[in-house]
Amino acid sequence: MSDFWRLITLGDPNTRVVLLGASLLGLTAGVIGTFTVLRRRALVGDALAHAALPGICTAYLVVGDKSLIAFLIGALVFGILGVLCISFIRSHTRIKEDAAIGIVLSSFFGFGIVLSRIIQNHPTGNRAGLDTFIFGKAAAMLRQDVLIIAIIAVVVLAAVFLLFKELSSLCFDRDFAATQGWPVFALDVLLMGLICVCTVIGLPAVGVVLMAALLIIPAAAARFWTERLSIMLVIAGSIGMASGAIGTALSALHFEYTIESRIVHMAVPTGPAVVLVATTCFLLSMLLAPQRGIIADLWRRYRFSTRIAAHHVLRALYEIGEVGGDFSNPVSFDALLRLRSWSAAALQRELDRAASRTLIRAVPGGFALTDSGLAEAVRLVRIHRLWETYLVSEASIAPDHVDRDADEIEHVLSPDLIARLEDTLRRQGRLPGAAGGAAASANAECVIPTSPHPIGGPQP
Amino acid sequence: MKPDLDDDPGQFVAQSSTLPSSAEQRPTSRPSVEQSSAVLNGQRESPPIPAAPLAVDVHDVTVAYHRKPVLWDVDLELPAGRLIAVVGPNGAGKSTLLKAILGLVPIASGRIRVFGRTTSEARSMIGYVPQRETVDWDFPVSALDVVVMGRYGRLGWFRRPGRRDRDAAMECLKQLGMAEFADRQINQLSGGQQQRVFLARALAQEAAIYFMDEPLAGVDAATEQAIIELLRSLRSAGKTVVAVHHDLQTVPDYFDHVVLLNMRVVAAGPTGSVFTQANLQATYGGRLTLLDEAAEAVRRGRPA
Repeated sequence: MSDFWRLITLGDPNTRVVLLGASLLGLTAGVIGTFTVLRRRALVGDALAHAALPGICTAYLVVGDKSLIAFLIGALVFGILGVLCISFIRSHTRIKEDAAIGIVLSSFFGFGIVLSRIIQNHPTGNRAGLDTFIFGKAAAMLRQDVLIIAIIAVVVLAAVFLLFKELSSLCFDRDFAATQGWPVFALDVLLMGLICVCTVIGLPAVGVVLMAALLIIPAAAARFWTERLSIMLVIAGSIGMASGAIGTALSALHFEYTIESRIVHMAVPTGPAVVLVATTCFLLSMLLAPQRGIIADLWRRYRFSTRIAAHHVLRALYEIGEVGGDFSNPVSFDALLRLRSWSAAALQRELDRAASRTLIRAVPGGFALTDSGLAEAVRLVRIHRLWETYLVSEASIAPDHVDRDADEIEHVLSPDLIARLEDTLRRQGRLPGAAGGAAASANAECVIPTSPHPIGGPQP
Repeated sequence: MKPDLDDDPGQFVAQSSTLPSSAEQRPTSRPSVEQSSAVLNGQRESPPIPAAPLAVDVHDVTVAYHRKPVLWDVDLELPAGRLIAVVGPNGAGKSTLLKAILGLVPIASGRIRVFGRTTSEARSMIGYVPQRETVDWDFPVSALDVVVMGRYGRLGWFRRPGRRDRDAAMECLKQLGMAEFADRQINQLSGGQQQRVFLARALAQEAAIYFMDEPLAGVDAATEQAIIELLRSLRSAGKTVVAVHHDLQTVPDYFDHVVLLNMRVVAAGPTGSVFTQANLQATYGGRLTLLDEAAEAVRRGRPA
């Protein structure tokens, strides 16, 4: 663990440069990956990475030695060739895009594996050089390799910064951008070119199999945190950068564990390490993000359902009192229990809650509404009855069906909508009395329509 | 010069002939088409109405999708300053016609002019409202961001929209009654609200002619009213609107000029004279199965 800490804080001179390269790579992949995902080109990026493998092998065969520039050029050439093959298959045969991607991806990759085995078996074949391209080995990066990554990173980030509005316009509504005169085909080619270049420079570090993940996962994670594209780019870049750095540091560590009393050393290749870190960020985002996250969503539902339950208690107390004509009569627990299909435990919980908010109080014989409770109950019952009346008179729904509908809707009606509802019903003469405003008094019936259905009995 | 069905179908698409200007006489067997253009010489039945500038001039345009012709030999002259509806059955090529005029789909033959210029020259005069379905509404932008995109055309490369662009965009939103939704993410808007945002974006383009693809489809009554009021105010300001419209009932109420289209132009002209039972029957009557089969044969490259 102390090793990891030393690495990640750049304390180790040997790996400083490597971590810098990995961070820049992650940053670039996160940023261009956002546009990749928005433009639905993510899987094409995956095909590109896989198709690059035979290119790398061919470059080795041509040059005869390990040379990053040669590898990158070979990767680029074969990667673009693969993408063109996909395009050709899609436009000239009946095969759809997903199958075309699968065909090209697997066939090129298979061919690349075969080439790499041939090279390995060759007497002068430098096996470590090629195998590391499958899953990546950031530690093999040299200073000049990181320089290449840095240059590409600057180019990509500059392009995204300068062409932000052009690229976002292209991704959102290509046709509209075309009618404005933007050269959408050229922009698409440029975007694809940036994706290609970013993918290819990532291959030595992350490997062909998982490079696409570094394009996709930071962008997907960033989507949970914001509704604005510019912020999404920043967050995706940051997550990419963190994944690159932490993943690379992790892959530089050696783990020891014992199997059958033998000590085994293991090091995780860079690609999987980076991707697992990115995935962790994604899972955390999915759970924790304040608006779109799962936990936030569950919390909102919980708050909503408790609010609904509180409303039901008040309304039940009111309706029982309405039947008897006296709101100060205590209502027994059993009477409440019979009114709706709630469990005794749930009912008791809601009564306690309402009591703690001084909306009801416990009296001999049961419970009664306080003044504030009565006011709130009047408000709730009014909304409920308004909606019921509307459903019966305007939507021609049978009176005994509307209670449940109103139950579900009344909690989400905005004040504006309620006012319009009341207005509509009043104009049609379906509201008793002409009083305006909801005065909390025994004359509350003035503004509350009578119920279209009998009160009491179990509700679904 | 016109491609024959017996010829190689590939030539059908590849051809892009330059045709003489539209000074040729119209065949009198066509249903009556009222011309308001001063380009034609006086060899017609009805006297010309005083010349209004031609907003759109489509001459002998054929458009093919994947080698299948969807628009055959379309001739169209649309006057400026009108609200023009394009109606026809499904698959009639209405959206294709719009896209052909806008340069979004290639034309196999013919020539198109907007206010006398090619579409690329006339870009700054053109506004576009595409169908709602063409866009990913989950995209991370707000309503105001979308409307600001309407101003991108006048910004040029690399420049960012500034305060003036955002204020102008806000004004457009206000005109569509969407000011309070400016910062709302677009996937939180209803269908009608999304349509209004699209219209606001087109307004922000400050065009002379607006092309709209089904602007009233799937919107609530309040939005429909708002859109119609907007179109009428555009007309009062001298703008032209060409809208693909799906609801035949409302064509006479909303539009003063109509194009009846079913793979070819059945009739085009002022609503009063052209929107007749006979023309509607010819457009929607489904009597063109031969044409459709021929088109399919062209696509397959084999005799039908």
